[in-house]
Amino acid sequence: MNHMISDIEKIRADFPILATNVYGKPLVYLDNAATTQKPQVVIDTLSSYYSTMNANIHRGTHYLSIEATEAYEAARRNIAAFIKASSSSEIIFTRGTTESINLLADTFSRAFIKSGDEILVSEMEHHSNIVPWQLAAEKSGATVKVIPMNDLGELVLDNLDSLLTTKTRIVAVAHVSNALGTIHPIEEIIRKAHEKGIPVFIDGAQAIQHFSVDVQQLDCDFYAFSGHKMYAPMGIGVLYGKEKYLNQLPPYHGGGEMIKTVFFEKTIYNDLPFRFEAGTPNVSGVLGLDAAIQYMLETGMDKIEKIEENLYLYALAKLGEIDGIRFLSRAAHKTSVISFLIGTIHPYDAGTLIDHFGVAIRTGHHCAQPLMDRLKIPGTIRASLAIYNKPSEIDMLCEAIIKVKQMFL
Amino acid sequence: MNTIDKIGDQIIEEFSQFEDWMDKYNYLIELGKSLPIIDEKFRTESNLINGCQSKVWLSADYNDGKVIFKADSDAIITKGLVSVLIRALSNQSPDEIIMNELSFLDQTGLKAHLSPTRSNGLLSMIKQMKLYAMAFKIKNS
Ligand SMILES: Cc1ncc(COP(=O)(O)O)c(C=O)c1O
Repeated sequence: MNHMISDIEKIRADFPILATNVYGKPLVYLDNAATTQKPQVVIDTLSSYYSTMNANIHRGTHYLSIEATEAYEAARRNIAAFIKASSSSEIIFTRGTTESINLLADTFSRAFIKSGDEILVSEMEHHSNIVPWQLAAEKSGATVKVIPMNDLGELVLDNLDSLLTTKTRIVAVAHVSNALGTIHPIEEIIRKAHEKGIPVFIDGAQAIQHFSVDVQQLDCDFYAFSGHKMYAPMGIGVLYGKEKYLNQLPPYHGGGEMIKTVFFEKTIYNDLPFRFEAGTPNVSGVLGLDAAIQYMLETGMDKIEKIEENLYLYALAKLGEIDGIRFLSRAAHKTSVISFLIGTIHPYDAGTLIDHFGVAIRTGHHCAQPLMDRLKIPGTIRASLAIYNKPSEIDMLCEAIIKVKQMFL
Repeated sequence: MNTIDKIGDQIIEEFSQFEDWMDKYNYLIELGKSLPIIDEKFRTESNLINGCQSKVWLSADYNDGKVIFKADSDAIITKGLVSVLIRALSNQSPDEIIMNELSFLDQTGLKAHLSPTRSNGLLSMIKQMKLYAMAFKIKNS
């Protein structure tokens, strides 16, 4: 544990915001599933881009434009390598997971979904992996079906075979649940869906920052994630898609960059991935994402997993000692997200008070209302860990909880 | 000075006793616990004001020129704040309720709880109280 702590101190020094005080106390930031903090290299990348390189890409013949275009496309190649995509043209830049899913749901349903068809999601999805599919279903006359969960906070695949029907056109599930941290058995879901020729979309927003993801090994057909949850800037995200599918999807947004030639009679669309990137993209965000990925790789994905797992086990043990704590997930496979309730204290009350102790956690339904309905609770208190969190911060969370409990006695 | 402002001054005075935030919250929790829980029959979908994080139920009656509010919340701190608002606005005339800007909240340090970003339903509750007052005023004029 000791060399671990010195590792963590080294990592913490890379994140300037961690030196902030809130309410006169040192910030304890345990809301990483909402967004992670940014290391200095990512912050410097943004500032250096605007200080030395800023130009519009893919269209200029001048020095800066060429340089910016090259950096942007190099980032795309690095990101493709990071998730082991077979080609960088399978990487589409978006604003984040939400936009990735909207892009996919809209274009996929226009290409493949018709009245009477089915879209399969799970009971534990984030609203952004439910609502875009509902919109697509509404437009096409399809219905949205749901893979259920059990009381441990795990998906139940017993009836998956009967949920995958001849009418199912796509399965859309998260890799990891944002509200509970459960790692879903997506390998089995993908295998069973593929046996019936059904493509699978994976929402990786809560997975990519915690362990290595290999989209070819998973064999998922689409995968999405957000930069801001993996140490990169806000406003940048990725949709990965197998080329064979992306090539069959109609354009999403129309505009510059996504076309080859435009006549009023007919427009010829550009090749992948540019066809899905209309308008001037978020160049600094892409470079920031590239820098964040380099930072994660230099830290080491195995080490990230190890640090987080150690701290997660420490947190579970420490929180478990507090009388009245109820963990909402007892799933066997989990990331470092801990969702819990304290006795009968409403999560909003607990969150309001814990905040005053300088501890940032999240309370509420975590954009997963169907899941909260299933658990019959108004929300949870969620502590979510990242590579820079340390045991003493867990101790501070526990102290805050104990004081809050006393206030409600 | 109208009655709402008078009550507001009392509330300011009560909250000024507290030096640190914990005492203030302890008082809110106490208020929350002492606000009578409204009858189950009021906890209906139509009385529900849905904040993103906590729920507030509000019902209103009109009696002798005054609006009587009853309210409840599933979160205690929200309920404590609800009780402060009820104390100021219940049993007042529609005109007073509609006109009052609740400026006393600024001086109690409670104002932050009414910000739209809190998503606890309190801001919508105040709007709803004013709407009820307006409706009673129109109906009875
Ligand atoms: C599982 C999951 N999917 C999708 C999203 C949406 O991500 P974003 O808001 O970055 O688009 C989130 C973010 O909370 C999430 O946790």
